[in-house]
Amino acid sequence: MSSETLVEISDLNFSYNTRRILNGVNMSMNRGQVIAIMGGSGSGKTTLLKLIGGEITPSSGYVKVSGQVIHELSRDALFAMRRKMGMLFQFGALFTDLSVFDNVAFQMREHTNLPESMIRDLVLMKLHAVGLRGAHHLMPAELSGGMARRVALARSIALDPMLIMFDEPFTGLDPISLSVIGSLIRRLTDALEMTSVIVTHDVQESLSIVDYVYFIADGVIAAHGTPDDVRASKAPFVHQFVHGETDGPVPFHYPAQTYLKDLQLEKTVA
Amino acid sequence: MPKRIIAGIQRVGHSTIEGIRRLGHATRFFLLVLLKSGTSLRRFNLVIRELFYVGVLSLIIIVVSGLFVGMVLGLQGYETLQKYGSESAVGTLVALSLVRELGPVVAALLFASRAGSAITAEIGLMKATEQLSAMGMMAVDPVARVVAPRFWAGVISMPLLAAIFSVMGVFGGYLVAVVFIGVDAGSFWSQMQSNVDFRIDILNGFIKSCFFGVAVTAIAVFEGYDSPPTAEGVSGATTRTVVTSSLVILGLDFILTAFMFRGL
Repeated sequence: MSSETLVEISDLNFSYNTRRILNGVNMSMNRGQVIAIMGGSGSGKTTLLKLIGGEITPSSGYVKVSGQVIHELSRDALFAMRRKMGMLFQFGALFTDLSVFDNVAFQMREHTNLPESMIRDLVLMKLHAVGLRGAHHLMPAELSGGMARRVALARSIALDPMLIMFDEPFTGLDPISLSVIGSLIRRLTDALEMTSVIVTHDVQESLSIVDYVYFIADGVIAAHGTPDDVRASKAPFVHQFVHGETDGPVPFHYPAQTYLKDLQLEKTVA
Repeated sequence: MPKRIIAGIQRVGHSTIEGIRRLGHATRFFLLVLLKSGTSLRRFNLVIRELFYVGVLSLIIIVVSGLFVGMVLGLQGYETLQKYGSESAVGTLVALSLVRELGPVVAALLFASRAGSAITAEIGLMKATEQLSAMGMMAVDPVARVVAPRFWAGVISMPLLAAIFSVMGVFGGYLVAVVFIGVDAGSFWSQMQSNVDFRIDILNGFIKSCFFGVAVTAIAVFEGYDSPPTAEGVSGATTRTVVTSSLVILGLDFILTAFMFRGL
């Protein structure tokens, strides 16, 4: 595994209206690594992916992908950069009006002048890699959730990207599909020598396949380390998250006024 | 002043500003679609595919409605005209009503509810299921690839559908007046031929339907692209497409008619 840095995130801040979502995030991701970004719902994980993909602009700080600052790129340069990135959306986001084959062929047809016979071979190879060569003629509506996710994975590696981002790839899958997707991410990352960033809250599956983990809470990196570090960590947040405890540094209750006051049992001070 | 009145005034002000903001937003989006139409022209098969969904699939409703509107016109026209002994003018009445007004307007209203709503729902759902974001992340501009072909397909099909509507209407009028009631076929057609002018009537009707096509499809694609990515967001946008298009069609029709036929 080379240790060349592909993604560098420095002092990244992002606010939505007045709400701060990310607050001084620093990360670095190397080529050939699978990196997990974990955190509770609403902790800013997906925002981070959008910042890496250039869908939104940071309030301050920067994201560098292969040496280029994403938010400073012109639109054409950003689109050129995105051809080298893949993104797997939470529910696949397959084009529902195109067949499985055409979904995978989409980028090849849009961005290359390859002859149709070569596109056919490439698409079947990509589908073979995710085990769905036989399903190439189906429409997305005929696929199960796990299959749709695998087709989306084949689509995201269509142009052999250097970076793939996965937004909650394990959500809503049965245990078999879940490990299939997990092992595919690992195998494809190794085979294509790319970098995979997984945003997830599935602790057990991701710890078994990733090289490095970042925990995000309230817009800051609460902890980071290798899966072994994380499992052994005594830090209260990491411990609560990894073991799924209901209460801890992340409180069970949403901030509110006192319970007595809400139930009007406490006399308000005049 | 009571608080309620102030709040009421605030609401009016807020919705006025919001309406103007949306109008500006829609105008910018419309210009963006025009600007990014290059892909649609270069790869015309994208537009042809949409022409099928927007135009060909609207044919049945247009043909059937045109036929019935023409039949009703023939019946009503005959009933009134025969009182004055001029039932042979029924052909002129049917043709002029259809070509000048009913053809473009009713076809556009039907087009808004059949094709406009479908365009809005499709684009809205593509947005809600992140297909548009996914396309953007694949370095393909969704406005150029998804919106512009649908827009041009709508603009092209509207005048054709309006023409088909008028033709079916004239045929419906012929069926009722000539075949069923027995008006003389010769005078039905010859009166129509001598009283319908190509430039004043047919061309103006055609121009009207072009305007309606642009308006309906622009509203439909904007509402779809701008819809909140939720189930109720998409359903609300679909309703707004039909309501706004219908109002715009009727308003535009008055303005265009005033310009085209005033003093004629």
